[in-house]
Amino acid sequence: MSGYCGKILRINLDERKVVKEDLNMDWANAYLGGRGLATKYFYEEVDPKVDAFSKDNKLIVATGPLSGTPTPTGGRYMVITKSPLTDTIASSNSGGRWGAELKFCGYDMIILEGKADKPVYIDIKDDQVEIKDAAHLWGQTTSKTMELLAKDVGDKAKILNIGPAGEKLSRIASVMNDMDRAAGRSGVGAVMGSKNVKAITVKGSSKPAIHDKDELKQVVSRVNKLIKENGVTGEGLPTYGTAVLVNIINENGVFPTNNFQLATFDKAEEISGETLAEKYLIKRTGCYGCPIACGRHCKVDDLEAGGPEYETIWGYGADCGLSNMGNIIKANYWCNEMGLDTISASTTIAAAMELYQKGLITDKDLDGVPLQFGNDDAIIEWTKRMGLREGLGDKLAEGSYRLGEHFGAPEVSMSVKKQELPAYDPRAIQGQGLAYATSNRGGCHVRAYLISPEILGLPEKLDKFSTEGKPLWVKTYQDLTACIDSLGLCLFTSFAAGAGEYADMYNAVAGTKHTDESILECGDRIWTLERMFNLKSGLKKEDDTLPHRLLKEAIPDGPAKDKVSLLDQMLPEYYELRGWDEDGVPTEDKLNSLNI
Amino acid sequence: MELQIKLFATLREGRGKIVTKEFNPPTTPKKVLEALNIDEEDVAILLVNGVDANLDQELQEGDVLSIFPPVGGG
Repeated sequence: MSGYCGKILRINLDERKVVKEDLNMDWANAYLGGRGLATKYFYEEVDPKVDAFSKDNKLIVATGPLSGTPTPTGGRYMVITKSPLTDTIASSNSGGRWGAELKFCGYDMIILEGKADKPVYIDIKDDQVEIKDAAHLWGQTTSKTMELLAKDVGDKAKILNIGPAGEKLSRIASVMNDMDRAAGRSGVGAVMGSKNVKAITVKGSSKPAIHDKDELKQVVSRVNKLIKENGVTGEGLPTYGTAVLVNIINENGVFPTNNFQLATFDKAEEISGETLAEKYLIKRTGCYGCPIACGRHCKVDDLEAGGPEYETIWGYGADCGLSNMGNIIKANYWCNEMGLDTISASTTIAAAMELYQKGLITDKDLDGVPLQFGNDDAIIEWTKRMGLREGLGDKLAEGSYRLGEHFGAPEVSMSVKKQELPAYDPRAIQGQGLAYATSNRGGCHVRAYLISPEILGLPEKLDKFSTEGKPLWVKTYQDLTACIDSLGLCLFTSFAAGAGEYADMYNAVAGTKHTDESILECGDRIWTLERMFNLKSGLKKEDDTLPHRLLKEAIPDGPAKDKVSLLDQMLPEYYELRGWDEDGVPTEDKLNSLNI
Repeated sequence: MELQIKLFATLREGRGKIVTKEFNPPTTPKKVLEALNIDEEDVAILLVNGVDANLDQELQEGDVLSIFPPVGGG
């Protein structure tokens, strides 16, 4: 089938053996590619109860059928493994150019098995696949690793690698690629580190086949026009980047501040997208094949670096109660250098600040580095120490839940399934709260971005305070997002495109006959399979919840004052719509209807 | 009556961040947009005192309007 390379690379690190296998096309038909198809492989091959750091865990790096094709934003890849942070399925997604280049080498995905006896990197040039010594790279920051590797494999190769945090098994370590893009969430970098794999380099020379080039040209032209004419993808994101959200989320009174103790930040303007564009932005950057180019490149003092994104600005800014944009840019840089997830790293520092506020962390724990809300000096040094596991940084590297547990107060962790929540207070955005609670990879906004209808009014404006109809919106967004991820495209295209456009692009590339309904059914199948893995790994209905603060303590300030999440009013209807029983377990009928 | 109008993103161009202006009551967000020469089609999100509002609702002395063009991210 066109679009796919039809080959996977299976690399056994114990035996240093590389096998090229045919892709299972029956599974590709049912699970599309990327996140969905890799989850199917993972589900069939890995015991759900495996310890994430055991060599029996596997790590799959996967592209979608649209990765590396002329479709807009076709540069993405995903990392699928069992998460050491959540103990659920991890599926972490990144842009840049690496994903497209893997396709140009002729592979849809790489499956890493076992554990190398010493640090290695994997060098892929078309048919030539080599496992090479990485002793000279181990311990290096991500940018230094890429600089050294470029000398080894050539500066045209695309590089994916981990930093010191991944090597030291931080449960919030990311996989980085193309210098400043990240498969950030769920600790996938630590699983790569546990296998002693420092990097994967790719340089390819063939493009994936296209079923109907004329048809694809027409569909891509139509979708690009939608993207260009859409106010969000055509103007807001290109001009201001994702940070444009700072003011709108704050004005709505749902901008978590001081570790979700408040919901408005009086210094939001100082960390806004408008301020970033005015004072720090030096250039816009785009991923492979992207007509939006939301990426930022900023300068502060002598530092020029990629980012920061909205979520990072919020985490290091409002959630830590501080407004020094220069230090936020620097902290973001050090997160990327250490190979840490910026959402989890920044909000774990915010949780530590609350522990300090409560007197549970004391000055004797700090080695002279302050940890109060609003202290601009805290975030850079603590990010470095977290990455290197120095002093209290050793506990921070475990993520906010385990940090809180260590100090006897896990309730300071603003997380779902132990993964830190992003930048929207769900007490006053009811659908987003349900999406957080039911996310298959723990606290996350991009499994179902209900902010779009509940705040931004896209595709239509919903009342954010109401629970009515929200379970169906959440399910639909979850299913559509699973399709977009699995096809290998960027979620931001969905501000302008709908299920029909994704089906049309896939049909033109692969020769399939999908409709809106049939592609969304693939999304439902992917979501349900992820749920089945999680249930088999030990997840219970009780885990589909939010932190106590968000369910029981009302927002104390701003225009959303007095609101709490009404999760219990939505969850039963959500389970029913999914075809799950009252304990959140998919019924036999549901599994049969999806052919799982 | 005096109203405070907070503008964001591209709507700031040529208008500034915050406009404080007198209006004759009764007035509505629609009349505020006309006074600031903002095309209704360029407004994606309209809040009055942080709560979703519509173009025709009557405004009160001291109300704060927040007006956004289409924006998104994540």
